[in-house]
Amino acid sequence: MAANPMTQFEVYRIGPEIKVGSFDISFTNASLFMIISSLAILIIFNLGSKKNSLLPNKIQLLAELSYTFVSKMISDTAGSKGKPYFSFIFSLFMFVLFSNMFGMIPYTFTVTSHIIVTFVLAAFIFIGVTVIGFIKHGLGYLKLFVPSGVPIVLLPLIIIIEIISYLSRPISLSVRLFANMMAGHTMMKVFGGFVISLGIVGGWLPLSFSVALTGLEILVAFLQAYVFAILTCIYLNDALNLHH
Amino acid sequence: MVKKIFFQLIFFNLFFLKEVFAAESGGMPQLNPEFWISQIFWLTLTFGVLYIVLSKLILPKISANLELRKSQIQENIEAAEKQRESSEAKLKEYDDIISKSKLEANNIFKEARENVIKEINVKKETLDKQIDEEVKKVEQEINLLKKGASEKINKIAIVTTSELLVKLIGTEVNNSSISAIVDDLSKRNGDKYYGD
Repeated sequence: MAANPMTQFEVYRIGPEIKVGSFDISFTNASLFMIISSLAILIIFNLGSKKNSLLPNKIQLLAELSYTFVSKMISDTAGSKGKPYFSFIFSLFMFVLFSNMFGMIPYTFTVTSHIIVTFVLAAFIFIGVTVIGFIKHGLGYLKLFVPSGVPIVLLPLIIIIEIISYLSRPISLSVRLFANMMAGHTMMKVFGGFVISLGIVGGWLPLSFSVALTGLEILVAFLQAYVFAILTCIYLNDALNLHH
Repeated sequence: MVKKIFFQLIFFNLFFLKEVFAAESGGMPQLNPEFWISQIFWLTLTFGVLYIVLSKLILPKISANLELRKSQIQENIEAAEKQRESSEAKLKEYDDIISKSKLEANNIFKEARENVIKEINVKKETLDKQIDEEVKKVEQEINLLKKGASEKINKIAIVTTSELLVKLIGTEVNNSSISAIVDDLSKRNGDKYYGD
């Protein structure tokens, strides 16, 4: 094998080392792609919101369809109470989607294929949702761990399970996205490596696989962004509309 | 083969994190904490900026655009509805006018026809009267002529008979005897010659 399939995930410094205290906050390729994704989102949606014609042009249509898509997603899962969190969910969905999609371009870096990035997002969501839950319902939010209609005998067990499942939310949320992106990109890299190593004679099969995988990965890129956003909505729904 | 090794690597790495840090070059770069702080910092920065700009500047605009379009479309629909209603009312008016004018035209036509028929009848009656009068006159004249004609014919018949007799026999016959014969004949056969 010419290249290790994991080298694509390596983070390296671009420019000088920047240190704040003992923390290294150097500008890296990961930072670069975070900025590229954010900028792309801002540019596209800025263009899409500039003019308001009764008959929208393509970019305006794109922006407005994304808006209604996310808006509908929130109202379907969290109801009308989820409206104040629309901007956050929209930014989250777009950031993850654009990071995933930029990762699909060869020789780019996939921001969301790093567990630390997805974990920070997931942890922020987890903490935020928990805080919102306690603000809205006070200690009553703990009722989330006590499902109604469960026999008393089973209750201790159920509560423990509920608490574990609640606490594992940030881990499952972050690992789901990270593992999907990493596995997909690694697979593509591996098949790409096969094309080279098998040469002109046998390389066609892995090449066709590679092509198919690219399509699949684009789907996965969208799907994982969607799943990430909709799970956030569901967690938010638990915090906003407490009904167990 | 390579793939198998690779996946084994992933699994081993996931379960033995310490080994990953030890064998960093062959393991997952994701688990190398060297740039974690940097990533967290840049993520917070870029996502924060993205969130603030989207929520403060861009999303309200898109929302306003959508609302505006919605209301515009609603207004247009309402305006169209109003226009439709007014056009329907006008159509009704038009229909009314047409049916009224049709009725009027019918009435006028009827009246005119009746007038014409009346006039015709009057004229016909007067004409009939005139014709009847003339016919009566003519009939009277004919009757007069008829009466006169039989006498004249009788006279002619008498004169011609006397002349014929003179030529045939050579002697003059008494006119009164001839006229008696002619009268007798004309009385017997008068109906045959003159009708009634």
